[in-house]
Amino acid sequence: MDLFSKLMGKDVPSSKNVAKERLRLVLVHDRSNVSPQLLECLKEDMLKVIANYMEIDKNGTEVSLNTDEKSVALVANIPVIKIHRLTSRTSL
Amino acid sequence: MGEVIVITSGKGGVGKTTTTANIGTALASMGYKVVLLDTDIGLRNLDVVMGLENRIVYDLVDAANGHCRLKQALIRDKRFEHLVLLPAAQTKDKTAVTVDQMKKLCRELKEEFDYVLIDCPAGIEQGFRNAIAGAEKAVVVTTPEVAAVRDADRIIGLLEASELKNPRLIINRIRPVMVKKGDMMDINDMIDILAIDLLGVVPEDESIVVSTNRGEPAVLDANSWAGRAYRNIARRIAGEHVPLISLELEETLFGKLKKLLGFRS
Repeated sequence: MDLFSKLMGKDVPSSKNVAKERLRLVLVHDRSNVSPQLLECLKEDMLKVIANYMEIDKNGTEVSLNTDEKSVALVANIPVIKIHRLTSRTSL
Repeated sequence: MGEVIVITSGKGGVGKTTTTANIGTALASMGYKVVLLDTDIGLRNLDVVMGLENRIVYDLVDAANGHCRLKQALIRDKRFEHLVLLPAAQTKDKTAVTVDQMKKLCRELKEEFDYVLIDCPAGIEQGFRNAIAGAEKAVVVTTPEVAAVRDADRIIGLLEASELKNPRLIINRIRPVMVKKGDMMDINDMIDILAIDLLGVVPEDESIVVSTNRGEPAVLDANSWAGRAYRNIARRIAGEHVPLISLELEETLFGKLKKLLGFRS
């Protein structure tokens, strides 16, 4: 922001920050296009961690990236079969 | 046994050819044996940037297809004895050579030269696949613009999906005054986004236009700022540790005034 707009109290984001934010979003979209294997790896890793806490239906699990114009969300649908008693882990 | 390095970017017009010419010339001036390989078949330009356009007899396609011996297609540079150019064909297209031919060519060249620098065409199609086929290392050139960084990211993904791990980044045409004002992405922004190692930064410099007009790479001009940046990059490629050049050299009026008045910044 230049001195003038600072003095005027305008809160215009510098154009480099606009560029960075636009790039961040566009790259999330670009990179998400090429990664079915990556999603599969992620799913496997997630299931391993979750299995420490609850019993889940591995075959019924779905992991995907949902994208719209403004954001990208990682959506996981994991059916739970049984939850371990939490006390058994806190005592570890 | 030499090293085969591809210089690529995805987007056109970011300075791949200028970068190839300058790094190659700088490495040659350091005493290395260097061959520059123009793989932009149909749109060759490395010859004019090097000022060697009048010496071409045979080209890459001739050499790859055995229409001439490889040595016959190599054009000796005017300034350095151990610097040669293998020009692209101008009347053919990217399908005129195959990935296997490129691999063979690179294998043969690196027997003879310390550095084989490959100038890659823009895009991600056959020309790109040919250019990276025989390479062992990759340099990605980008500029501090959204479109160039986006394409660089795509190229980095494609390089890493092939055998070319750990490509290194050159940020070209950076304008320190704009960076200072917050109107251009800075070095850290771009490394942060692209998440690869930095090989060097080259400032926007009018001397590049002048040197390209003359067909004399800017590294030969002791006063060229960009030329100095390219010389540093060449030394890093050769394994030296060279700090980044200061981007504060482009003096503002205020800076000059401060110096006149005896304040050192």
